[in-house]
Amino acid sequence: MKPAAFAYHRPETRAEALALLAEHGEEAKIIAGGQSLVPAMNFRLARPPILIDINAVPGLDGVREEAGQLVIGARTRHATFEKPVTAGPLGTLLARVAANIAHTPIRSRGSWGGSVSHADPASEWCCVTRGLEAELVAESATGRRSIPAADFFQTIFTTALRPDELLAEIRLPLFGPDWHCGFAEYARRAGDFALAMAVVACRVEGGVIREARVGLGGIASTPVTSPEAVAALLGQAPSPALFAAAGAAGAAATDPDGDIHASGEYRQDLVKAMIRRALVQAFA
Amino acid sequence: MAGLPDEPMNWIGRNIPRLEDPALVRGEGRFVADIAVGSRAVVFVRSPVAAGVIRGIEKPDLPRGVLVITGGDVAALKPIVPRLGRFNYVAIEQPILPRDRVHYVGQPVVAVVAPTQREAEDIADAVFLDIEPEQAVVDLDSAAGPGAPVVHPMAPTNTIVEGRIRTPGLDAVLAESTIVEIDVRSRRQNASPMETRGGAASFDKASGRVSLHASVQMPHMLRTGIADCIGMPEADLRVVAPDVGGGFGQKMSLFPEYVLLVWLARKYRTEVAWIEDRRENLIASAHSRDQHHIVRGAFDGQGVMRGLDVEILANIGAFSCYPTTCGVEPLMALAEYAGPYKVAEYGTHARGITTNTAVMAPYRGVSRPVVSFALERLMEVAAKRLNIDPIEIRRRNLVTVFPHRTPTNMVLDEASYLETMEKAVEVADLPGFRARQQAAREQGRYLGIGFSVINERTGYGTPAFAARSMEITPGYERVEICMTPSGEVEARIGASPHGQGLRTTLAQIIAEEVGVDVQRIRIIHGDTDRTPYGWGTFASRSLVIAGGASKLAAGKLAQKLKRAAAVLLQGEESQVRLEAGMALIPGGASISLDTIARTVYHSAGPISEKIGYDLNEAATYDPEGTFSNACHVAVVEVDAETGNTRILRYIVVEDAGRLINPMIVDGQVQGGVAQGIGNALLEEIIYDADGNILTGSFADFIPPTMAEVPDIEVHHLATLTGATVLQAKGVGEGGSIAAPAAVINAICDALQPFGVQLFEMPATPQRVRAAIRAAQETSP
Amino acid sequence: MSEPKVTVCCTVNGQKVEADVVPRMSLADMLREELHLTGTHLGCEHGVCGACTIIVNGAPVRSCLMFGIQAEGAEIRTVEGLADGDTLSPLQRAFWEKHGLQCGFCTPGFLMLATWMLEQPEPVTEERLRHVLSSNLCRCTGYTNIVRAVTAAAKEMGKWAESAAA
Repeated sequence: MKPAAFAYHRPETRAEALALLAEHGEEAKIIAGGQSLVPAMNFRLARPPILIDINAVPGLDGVREEAGQLVIGARTRHATFEKPVTAGPLGTLLARVAANIAHTPIRSRGSWGGSVSHADPASEWCCVTRGLEAELVAESATGRRSIPAADFFQTIFTTALRPDELLAEIRLPLFGPDWHCGFAEYARRAGDFALAMAVVACRVEGGVIREARVGLGGIASTPVTSPEAVAALLGQAPSPALFAAAGAAGAAATDPDGDIHASGEYRQDLVKAMIRRALVQAFA
Repeated sequence: MAGLPDEPMNWIGRNIPRLEDPALVRGEGRFVADIAVGSRAVVFVRSPVAAGVIRGIEKPDLPRGVLVITGGDVAALKPIVPRLGRFNYVAIEQPILPRDRVHYVGQPVVAVVAPTQREAEDIADAVFLDIEPEQAVVDLDSAAGPGAPVVHPMAPTNTIVEGRIRTPGLDAVLAESTIVEIDVRSRRQNASPMETRGGAASFDKASGRVSLHASVQMPHMLRTGIADCIGMPEADLRVVAPDVGGGFGQKMSLFPEYVLLVWLARKYRTEVAWIEDRRENLIASAHSRDQHHIVRGAFDGQGVMRGLDVEILANIGAFSCYPTTCGVEPLMALAEYAGPYKVAEYGTHARGITTNTAVMAPYRGVSRPVVSFALERLMEVAAKRLNIDPIEIRRRNLVTVFPHRTPTNMVLDEASYLETMEKAVEVADLPGFRARQQAAREQGRYLGIGFSVINERTGYGTPAFAARSMEITPGYERVEICMTPSGEVEARIGASPHGQGLRTTLAQIIAEEVGVDVQRIRIIHGDTDRTPYGWGTFASRSLVIAGGASKLAAGKLAQKLKRAAAVLLQGEESQVRLEAGMALIPGGASISLDTIARTVYHSAGPISEKIGYDLNEAATYDPEGTFSNACHVAVVEVDAETGNTRILRYIVVEDAGRLINPMIVDGQVQGGVAQGIGNALLEEIIYDADGNILTGSFADFIPPTMAEVPDIEVHHLATLTGATVLQAKGVGEGGSIAAPAAVINAICDALQPFGVQLFEMPATPQRVRAAIRAAQETSP
Repeated sequence: MSEPKVTVCCTVNGQKVEADVVPRMSLADMLREELHLTGTHLGCEHGVCGACTIIVNGAPVRSCLMFGIQAEGAEIRTVEGLADGDTLSPLQRAFWEKHGLQCGFCTPGFLMLATWMLEQPEPVTEERLRHVLSSNLCRCTGYTNIVRAVTAAAKEMGKWAESAAA
């Protein structure tokens, strides 16, 4: 299980990285943490002729708050989020999510941007990015653009990024204290890809849910949202019965893919449970 | 009773930290891949189809120094053909590399040799196998049924081995009893040692010999098998098992890859190495326990099982494993189905069925994890049907009088089947648990407790294997021992440990006999040039058999030392005691063993006349076998929404007779339990209908981690058996034999409110959830 | 088909080293084949088993999922660097005394990951221990004695804290 040969570039500036991408396009693959790419290369399922290693490019790490958003540098490692990176419900949520991502040594190298660029529908960050309606900022030698999460994930392992583009930032809404966030997933074994997961965020005003976001992962070719679960929540007072009803509504609207670990029917059961549990956690 | 003195012992029974470990914790072990660094790399191109005719093999342009070897190149190599003299056995031939057909996905078809593994993989990628696919048969029941595609023409029903046992009174008992019938399925497993298979073969130009360092459990047997296939003198091949990263049975068998490595090294007078990758290991090494049993227990009104009638199917894969043959799974189930229970009338019919899948080979416990799963599920279902407490029904059926002769003529030596169960009930605080279970149910949480009572046939020598009529009858072990002139003890053994800690435990046994510190004892193993012919390490045998031989050989050495001491101290031999490196006459003179050794080797004279010129002794041990036993208890919580099972507590009450090193015994039990938990909940090799394997990575075939395995508590009873010279019983497999039954019984107990009964292992969350869903849909 | 090699300079167990590698050579293979540090084992080469875990720039990583060429300038620690001459580290000694290994193949990965964990500022609870070390597979021990060994080392090093929940 040794990868096919490739040429290796290690740009030291963003401009240099973007120039390499412009030059090599489809031939080139960016490596940040490499925690999804390298296994695929070792199995020779991926054979990029050129690797562009962005680990020496300055300015791609770290998080900052800006205009009501949490701006996450694309190369920020999963481990960064194990402790809350921001006060308030979002930081707590991201820490809970991070604990579910693979294992400690994977989290010390794998990055948020790498996860979403890889676009595995069972990735936690993909689910959060889509479920919380993030914006993704891509850069190329010719410019910079923002892509809504809804447009970013196209199908399994496929995003809206052009071959000459580098994902630079992920921007999440900074939820205020009136928001309640939760995450739940089910994996057969610690650290494995989950069979289903749900992320929820609800804004409560006057004892009633006024805004809600529900994202699901691991059940289709991309992470998805659940407008049905959102509809079940809006205008209602949080309660165990409501959480169960939202889970049921969300699950009923899905038609999950089956595989050796989980049939579609079983995944639907899991979606129901995960939405409910994410809500229970959000309001605990 | 034969055995050890009652006085306190100096070395046996102590938790001596292992002599193996200082090097291993420093990363200074020598595993095959470490030895292979710098060798030319061999990579195999494996069949991508399950059944088909080879039309051609297209090779790319080859750079200098690269070889591509096909079946045509090795036509002179004899196939691997293990044989069995009974049970309608059909001898099927496994080619080293096939010339005409392929029989399973993963079968080696072409070998590529290149300077590095990277380059060899590049060439392997560019080799094109032109194979005309044929209809494959993958599923066990389909292959055994009418009209199935035929895997080997000489076996038109795909039955390779078939055994039948039926006591005369069975039919009458079946007719007059309450019949409890269950249909039990075990899905396919892979033993998954952390180190994959691998070998490094090197040709020595000076001697013309080949050395093969390989990650194997049976180096001597491997040498015989390879030499036979190549037609070379066995004396020109040295096989060494260096540090071996776990085996669990998967590394017992002779595989074509090893034959090819030796052939390559010899033909090209070079060094070559093949280090299997994980994907190959999951796809192309041995699999196990793809079995289907239909079990009928005949119970009287008191819950006494008077008869047992079982139909057994085992998927043996595409070829028969060497040397055990593919009879190993079906014939073990055939003979050992009664487990720890007394049953007067017994009927088993077992068939080994060939399919277009990877070759079956023994895996820790072989068929017994499935047999125990079936028996323990049967006890639970019968208890429920007959309205008897499940512990009580076991009390009424466990063997309590020893020795006990089973319906298949095995003799169960002294053991504690009932006592371990009672102790387990006590340790688990069953009444307390029932109260907690009830309280949890009221909160919508499902806790369960599961018991599993097993016996484990261990330490069996040639008589037991001879009953299977294998052409090759393993079983005995020989130990050659000597004290060097400077006073260290060297013991050369035919067993081949790979994690069991034999270097330590055998040293403890020898130290006890000879009165020297374990630090001065060297156990030499795994090298056919330096050890006597032996069978290696498998079947929970090494401590009992190689340990027994060590005791006998060390006893002879001790006697010789006493005789020498008597001469030198001018005393009576019968008065001499050996301890702490000294020979002494109580209340009298003493002399160090070092001095005795030096004198024996280097000073001719009266001592030579009395004991000869050296301190070499040897002994061979070939016991009938002994049964260890255990009761396991699993306490679980089942998540009814996801079907997930979490094990909250795991208790083992073990009876392994005399413990040589209790810490090592516990380690064996705990490791076995973890594998059993994997078998019970997580691990399953899955093929699609065409014979493609869908579980080719550790993301899909999922051994448990520390998060899934709880602390495993081990308690001991000690029945000192007269069946072995050490009074010790083997423990290598019991953990994995008992655990699936305990865990799945616990799941069923947890899900009593739903009335769920599970008869398939692993009980994956998907299966558990489906059972709950089905129960909810059928309940009013 | 000769692939160009690049010289990588890094520090391994406190020693400056250089290795000539092709870009596709994993860091694990570089350690094993070029630097002859064969204590780092390869168990799966797809990041699941953890046998190849080492410490790079203060973080635990799978050396099968990094290329050697990416280690330019890195500070690397492997199992060969744990002992101080003849003196085993407290963790190595605990693995030995508590029978935390059988075949020993997975042991270097467990030792490196646990070494990292014990060097972090937060105390080690059983929950954290199992969370972090569930990263690595062992097929022999059933984990019980690995947990006991790491617990013993944590206690000896003053890093242990009882879990909040019993």
